[in-house]
Amino acid sequence: MSAVMTSSADVPVQRSAGVWLTAWRRFQGDRVGMVSMVVVAAFLLLIAAATTGLVASQWQRELAVPNAPPTILGPRAGEDAGTLAGPESQAQPPVDLSDIDPLAPRYKEWAERASKLQTTETVKAQTLPLGADRLGRDVLAKAIKGTEISVFVGVLAALLATVIGTVLGALGGFFGGKVGDFLEWVYNVFTAVPDILLIFAFAAVLGRGVDTVVLILALTGWTGLYRQVRAEFIKHRGREYVRAAEAIGASTTSRMFRHILPNVSHVILVRMSLLVVGFIKSEVILSYLGLGVPIDQVSWGTMLAEAQSELILGHWWQLATATAFMAVFVTAFSLMADGWRDALDPKLRGAE
Amino acid sequence: MLAYVIKRLWQMVPTLFGVVLLVFLLFHFFGSDPSIILAGQNATPEQIAAIRQQLGLDQPAYVQFGIFLKQIATFDWGRSWATNEAVSTLFATRMPATLTVMLPILILDTVLAVPIALGVAYVRGSLTDRTLMVATTVALSISFLVYVIVGQYVFGFQLGWFPVQGWSNSTWTNLTQYAPLPVLLAVMVGISPQTRLYRSFFLDELGHDYVRTARAKGMTEPVVLFRHVLRNAMIPILTNVGLALPGIFVGSFLIEVFFSIPGLGREVLLAVNRSDYPVIQAATVYLAMLTMLINLGTDLLYKVVDPRVVLK
Repeated sequence: MSAVMTSSADVPVQRSAGVWLTAWRRFQGDRVGMVSMVVVAAFLLLIAAATTGLVASQWQRELAVPNAPPTILGPRAGEDAGTLAGPESQAQPPVDLSDIDPLAPRYKEWAERASKLQTTETVKAQTLPLGADRLGRDVLAKAIKGTEISVFVGVLAALLATVIGTVLGALGGFFGGKVGDFLEWVYNVFTAVPDILLIFAFAAVLGRGVDTVVLILALTGWTGLYRQVRAEFIKHRGREYVRAAEAIGASTTSRMFRHILPNVSHVILVRMSLLVVGFIKSEVILSYLGLGVPIDQVSWGTMLAEAQSELILGHWWQLATATAFMAVFVTAFSLMADGWRDALDPKLRGAE
Repeated sequence: MLAYVIKRLWQMVPTLFGVVLLVFLLFHFFGSDPSIILAGQNATPEQIAAIRQQLGLDQPAYVQFGIFLKQIATFDWGRSWATNEAVSTLFATRMPATLTVMLPILILDTVLAVPIALGVAYVRGSLTDRTLMVATTVALSISFLVYVIVGQYVFGFQLGWFPVQGWSNSTWTNLTQYAPLPVLLAVMVGISPQTRLYRSFFLDELGHDYVRTARAKGMTEPVVLFRHVLRNAMIPILTNVGLALPGIFVGSFLIEVFFSIPGLGREVLLAVNRSDYPVIQAATVYLAMLTMLINLGTDLLYKVVDPRVVLK
């Protein structure tokens, strides 16, 4: 108490490092976490570039022969050996039909009109850096565009689920009583139904599309976060700093969201990063099952769904590319989240 | 014990009511109009009106909710809109296929993950431990879908060890011929998260004082591990298996769709794609009931595993 009294203008106030600063210092010592964060940041730059149209905006253009292999493999042999030669023996001289052909007088006119139109003969590439899909679209461009959509779905759904879980958890934990009981009931209802069935039930009524996937994942995925935020709020609501805030007249909302929330935000952040990973994986499965990203857009999920039939024909590059992009991002993101968790909440170290 | 069971069953009523209400509201207010789905594209307004009347859709919402409750209580959901099969028959005929695949998966997952996790936890911090943890992180970052696609291609198509897909009428043929590949792939995927989770349970137990006491008494390591640590870690493991248990009835949608296994999961997905509401509603409500009953069963099992647990 005396320390507070004497800390006037002439005595330099020794502010102790806040929870974020301490965590950041601890995180800097975590080499795996730092590298992962750099990888995730690189992905975010790539996504920003894709969103602004700098890269991969032309992913739908068919600029190579169907299923063109990656450049290192070289062009496919045998298939591009020119046009098929017709059976020689049956070749007959063209018969002159101009006297009986009713369209004959107009052929010249049509030929003139056709010559006025400009046609450009696009040369389809035989190989592409990472190959092409069955329509001849660049797999690399697709993967970059797919990264944008998949990560967008994962992050947005996680944000939405976090908002739902945090608000409900804060209300339930702070007020308890009737409100708390009601929210516990809602929680019990949502957890009583197996996750995937809940997702299906929502998908059945909400339809298809990227925004629907986000909505479905958020509406079914908020429960774990709610539980944790609620527990934290119960723990904090009776603490001295909250009562002090009450004593100086802080409103209920202010106490909940300006005093308690910053103190539990690290828990929320860690939970949210785990949700991102989970949702990205869910999007892949949902897209494969036909409940996710529609076919006129591309995501890692739709790429993998296409890859199934390609693999049988030996075209493995789309599968490999989508898998590699996803594996690198998800691994980096999980390791970064692990690092954050260890740095922010050392008690949880080593726990799943 | 009996009093506890009755109390728990009584507590399920409001939750179950909530599930029913959620499903009802979801399909009543957000789903598209069933009469339009049912009547098809070239229906006259009279036909739609007739269907509405038949389904009770022209009644006020509370009457419809009453009809819904009656359907649940009498186990009579009528017929699937798409195939005209009775919903109950549908469930009864699809369940065996789902169980044939899911039961071996759950058993193998647990039986394999527990010893691996115990072993890794025992050598915590060693190279083996760290290698395995990194390997599981990477393994976890690859989508289940990739394992299934590549697994089917390699084991089924290239190596020819298993049929690529298929299903027969005989349970034995299914178990020995068609189920192994999906089971193998699902176990390969499931074992990573299980091992990580169980490892953390074991680590938690290994840090306790009783372990040091047991070692100080001169107990051999196997006794410490299997009699002391394993039994204490059983509670969280059991909880986890209990949580996974309802899943074996739901089935793995992905596996069933991918390998064309005529199970419940595939049926529900088909129902979602056909907007076949009765099937989805019935599946959701009954599986929620089943989940709650299994949770109760798990709680009762705690008592068996750990005599210190007091059920209250």
